[in-house]
Amino acid sequence: MQKKPELNGTLLEVKDLKVHFPLRGSFVERLVGREPGSVKAVDGVSFQLQRGEVLGLVGESGSGKTTLGRALLRLAEPTEGAIVYDGRDITRVEEREMRSLRRKMQIVFQDPHASLNPAMDLETAVGHPLSIHGVTKDKVDMRRRVSEMLERVGLAPADRFLTKYPGDLSGGQKQRAVLARAIMLNPDLLVADEPVSMLDMSVRAKILELMIGLKDEFDLTYLYITHDLATARFFCDRIAIMYLGRIVELGQTEEIFANPRHPYTASLLRAIPEPDPAKGIPRDLPRGEVPDAVTPPHGCNFHPRCPRAFEVCGWEARDVRDLLEERWAGMAEQEFTREQALIGDLDALDEVSEIARVPSTEGVRSRHVVELLERIRREQPDTRLWKGARSIEEGGKEALIQFHEGLEPRHLVVDSVEVECHLYDDEARGRAEEHAREGLK
Amino acid sequence: MSVLSARDLRVWYGTSRGPVRAVDGISLEINAGETLGLVGESGCGKSTLGRSILGLLPRGAVIDGELLYDGQNLTELSQRDFRRLRGPEIGLIFQEPMTRLNPLMRISDHFKETLEAHESSLTDEEIRRRSLDALGGMGIPPTRFRQYPHEFSGGMRQRIMIALTLVLRPKLLIADEPTTALDVLVEAQILQILGDLKKNADTALLLITHNLGIVAESCERVAVMYAGQIVEEGAARTVFSEPAHPYTSELLRSIISSKTTELHYIPGAPPDLADPPKACRFHPRCPYAMQVCAAKDPIEVRAETGQRVLCWLHGPEEEIPPGGKAPLEREAIAVAEEA
Repeated sequence: MQKKPELNGTLLEVKDLKVHFPLRGSFVERLVGREPGSVKAVDGVSFQLQRGEVLGLVGESGSGKTTLGRALLRLAEPTEGAIVYDGRDITRVEEREMRSLRRKMQIVFQDPHASLNPAMDLETAVGHPLSIHGVTKDKVDMRRRVSEMLERVGLAPADRFLTKYPGDLSGGQKQRAVLARAIMLNPDLLVADEPVSMLDMSVRAKILELMIGLKDEFDLTYLYITHDLATARFFCDRIAIMYLGRIVELGQTEEIFANPRHPYTASLLRAIPEPDPAKGIPRDLPRGEVPDAVTPPHGCNFHPRCPRAFEVCGWEARDVRDLLEERWAGMAEQEFTREQALIGDLDALDEVSEIARVPSTEGVRSRHVVELLERIRREQPDTRLWKGARSIEEGGKEALIQFHEGLEPRHLVVDSVEVECHLYDDEARGRAEEHAREGLK
Repeated sequence: MSVLSARDLRVWYGTSRGPVRAVDGISLEINAGETLGLVGESGCGKSTLGRSILGLLPRGAVIDGELLYDGQNLTELSQRDFRRLRGPEIGLIFQEPMTRLNPLMRISDHFKETLEAHESSLTDEEIRRRSLDALGGMGIPPTRFRQYPHEFSGGMRQRIMIALTLVLRPKLLIADEPTTALDVLVEAQILQILGDLKKNADTALLLITHNLGIVAESCERVAVMYAGQIVEEGAARTVFSEPAHPYTSELLRSIISSKTTELHYIPGAPPDLADPPKACRFHPRCPYAMQVCAAKDPIEVRAETGQRVLCWLHGPEEEIPPGGKAPLEREAIAVAEEA
């Protein structure tokens, strides 16, 4: 039922965009002038949006997808990079100018209830953009326009809805009203941030259908932000998969689903719950969660959870902590106590470093820690981390695990798909093969 | 063997518009070690049913019928008795793990408090061991036992909540939308854990959710609720492959899954439970509605495929008056009449 979009030119271009939110830090930190760091919500993202296209921006919470959507409308301030809208760089334009540009760029949020002023009836709310942007001040004209739009989004007969307040409406009806308000000024771009996620299953389809109808009728271009790959597959021409501030894969929807390149995309696809009792819950999905965006993982952001990570993916000290903790979580108490007695405070591993300094407890020789690590490696040889280890050595009061040099994934084009993953990078693979020869035996 | 059995259970809420019949004559059994999925749209009464089992109904709710757990009728239980039951017998997993842990208490103190409240004879060492066992089963390392809730991620907090529920070894676990606030990958982890429960313990699980995909993947049996009633109940495999009730099949069709090629939805909205439609409650939205559906309450029957179903399409024939099978003519439903 999807029409092929008529692609006539680029509406929006995003170049290496970064949005970092500085942390305030504690009083003491500010006093001694220590850099408190920043949350790297969007960390170097590039893509183009063609006119008439629906681009899906898919990711888990914490991936930066919402911040990216907001940054496009300058609702979050870009730190670096450029946003070019309709041929014009809008990265640094004044807020005054931006406001008039937003007539053409609208956004719809996840929670329709929070998007509507509870004290404003629908006529005022949906007509608000008209008065704000000075399109019309005439009451009769405004009512006519609002009524038409309400009927268009299915809130018909309009007379019944003009005087309603958000509290009188169901979730689906509220989202219809929010869409009506967004379309009121006839925009070009609509950023839709999880527009159906809070709605019941049976209502989602209705709102998506409405959005498809509106797109065709008003020649809209959509950026559809969601965590739900199933609706994205149905709704989008192209899909960008986001992970921790980066787009890790971008391509035509069918291609992404038929042949996911990035291991993260592949995991997401397998995790979608399907209404098919024969399927069962997949058992070998990545563990853990999206890490902290203040100090993202070294090398590839996804390497700590990646089922296919290898030598050059960016192994570091923090991964050793995860390995030990994961091991201990499933262990009988006696064994755990014995192992933990050898190793000192794990906080020593909380640093971004290609050398993991595993501390030994006071009075324990570092040789015993090395032996323990060697034993763990023998017991779990398939753990990806060991691919990255160059050596395990004694070093004073610590056992030192030296990792191979981690590489930042490069932006690659594999067939027609853009992907950031070392698996598709011949140079990285070559380096990994060298490392494999010189690594631990 | 059934752990819990409901017979003609009713829960009504008093409101200014008259009684809201959130649960209206439900019969259901949950067997030991089984996972039963309870699905339905918002406002169908599924959470009310879950709360009634835990004695957590709000003031002003009236409960009637039978809810048998271990020989006692829960509908007649005092709040005092419920307090003894909740936790060691019937456990609960909430939707939002972030709001259920006390930010000022270490994880270890949460466990201590819970265990001391219900098993006062335990020594500190036993408490520690039981807690670490429960946490270990959920993949939380013992090194983090003394940390505070804010030091954990959302998925870990949900696992801590589950461990906190399981540490009391309940026979029945009620999970109300346990993964709604979580991302797909974390959701899959939690479902895996819940699925493993019956392997490791004989815990029965009532999984309340609006997500049919989750039920399909993790439940043996499923009950579909509509407007306060269970309209279909049976083996998950059968219900999903050969749904007997039109509501079930329409609901299944309206899910957007990765195989969806065409959008489908059920016209209209679930009814106001203060004034539900007469006779079959689904008849105003049902694509197969017959004359009888608007005239007589449907009678529960067994479909040929084995599931219980509340729908005249499956009979009983002898109860359908002459001409009752003629199609029902209705007014068109406006687009915006929706939930």
